[in-house]
Amino acid sequence: MADFLYVFRGGGYQQLSPEQMQKHMQAWGTWIGELSKRGQFKGGDPLEPGGKQVKGKKKTVVDGPFAEAKDLVGGYLLVTAESLDDATELARGCPILEVDGTVEVRPIRKM
Amino acid sequence: MDHLFRHEAGRLAAALVRVLGPTNLDLAEDVVQETLCHALEVWKMGRVPDNPAAWLRASARNRALDLLRRQRIRIRLAPEVAQLHGELAPAVDAVFTEDALRVEQLRMMFACCDARLQPAVQVALVLKLLCGFGVDEVAQAFLASPAAIEKRLARGKTALRRAGALADLSDPQLARRLEAVLDALYLLFNEGYHGAHPELAVRAELCAEAIRLVRLLAEDPATAQPPTFALLALMCLHAARLPGRLDARGALVPLEEQDRSAWDRALAAEGARWLSRAVSEPPTALLLEAAIAAEHCFAPTFAATDWRAIVTLYDALYAQHPTPVVALNRAIALAQVDGPERGLEELQALPGRDRLGRYPFYFAALGELHLRAGHAREAAEEFRRALRLARSPAERQHFQRKLASATERTRMRGPGAVRTLRR
Repeated sequence: MADFLYVFRGGGYQQLSPEQMQKHMQAWGTWIGELSKRGQFKGGDPLEPGGKQVKGKKKTVVDGPFAEAKDLVGGYLLVTAESLDDATELARGCPILEVDGTVEVRPIRKM
Repeated sequence: MDHLFRHEAGRLAAALVRVLGPTNLDLAEDVVQETLCHALEVWKMGRVPDNPAAWLRASARNRALDLLRRQRIRIRLAPEVAQLHGELAPAVDAVFTEDALRVEQLRMMFACCDARLQPAVQVALVLKLLCGFGVDEVAQAFLASPAAIEKRLARGKTALRRAGALADLSDPQLARRLEAVLDALYLLFNEGYHGAHPELAVRAELCAEAIRLVRLLAEDPATAQPPTFALLALMCLHAARLPGRLDARGALVPLEEQDRSAWDRALAAEGARWLSRAVSEPPTALLLEAAIAAEHCFAPTFAATDWRAIVTLYDALYAQHPTPVVALNRAIALAQVDGPERGLEELQALPGRDRLGRYPFYFAALGELHLRAGHAREAAEEFRRALRLARSPAERQHFQRKLASATERTRMRGPGAVRTLRR
């Protein structure tokens, strides 16, 4: 088993009706529930769109957001999976894909 | 959690229109949408608060307060007016209490069902603003195009904005306006109950929404009146039987063949409770209709139904509301008491039957009674007429089945069959 980071980008809900939003939320609940049940869910959080960025040797501080809506990181999740292929397969079930978002699957480097 | 987002959307919109004024209806709707989007972002990874409705209300309240504060800064208020700043928060809070939300929904209901708006516009507004339907969902409910619904809603919203203020529930004129509200909600209910939408789920949902809104009216002292109770009773007693009304393929199932164990007993009991509070002298048409629905609802079987009581109720209803459809239903009940021949006589001499020329159930009733009287050929002919006039797939399937059974009997009793028997 290895650990992976899912980085969620984009995906907007502005066009959804209240009922669709609720269904979408339930889809997240189901997806994460499945991961937990199999012991593969290790944590994760949604992120606020704003924040700060500290850059380079000059340590310049910039206010967020730092990307266009479609590229903005909206949250992350930590999972364990057999392999990168397995983790990628699991990511295919993520509801963010239904609202045109993306999941970046990154293996976490081992010691 | 069922429909939490949708129902809270309606509550929040009503409260926000109170805070921001009907002229800012679009802004209020934007705030609702932002509030729900934000909730979805925060909750989706499993952190749903213990009281999601309270969370949404607090979030909408903060957004409204922010908006008002920013607005005040933008127009640079005079110092003495700026002092009012402190009073802003309690004023906004007052609108988001449980009691206030209920009242604001009622005021919104009166605004949406303004008698100057077309009924179709009223119902679209109700679904959008009070029930939290999206434009596509309103369109789906009416089997209309989203563009047509957008137009309908735009017309209604313009009228709402122009009205400037929502109705005051203590206004003595309210009683007259209540009738328009009840009519619109009855229309919404009927769209679910009789409408052409093929999916039972969609139809049941429209009925449930209508019931939810009339319950709000029945629970507020200003609108808790016999006509409200009568309509609520009628809706509950009809909706209770909705689960038996369509078969698995979506075809209409006649009352006679419905599985009564599928009926919603709790809803029927609620209907009976409202009915007992709806009594008025003289009885209104709605009350009589509800009483008829109750007779059906609580009859153990089709045969054991108190048809005589139903005929009496239809007589009273006809006296108030002499329409061909009432006469038709009375004749059908009468046929249960005095036999199909008697029913046919009534139907063939029905006052105003020329106005039923496009009503499939008139011909279906003729067909049914012919069938029971043993006139298979005439029955088939009438069912064929009904079939040509069917308005929905559910009706079409039902008439097709009836036609098939009538044709079947024609063959059995036809001259060919008789000859075979003789030989």
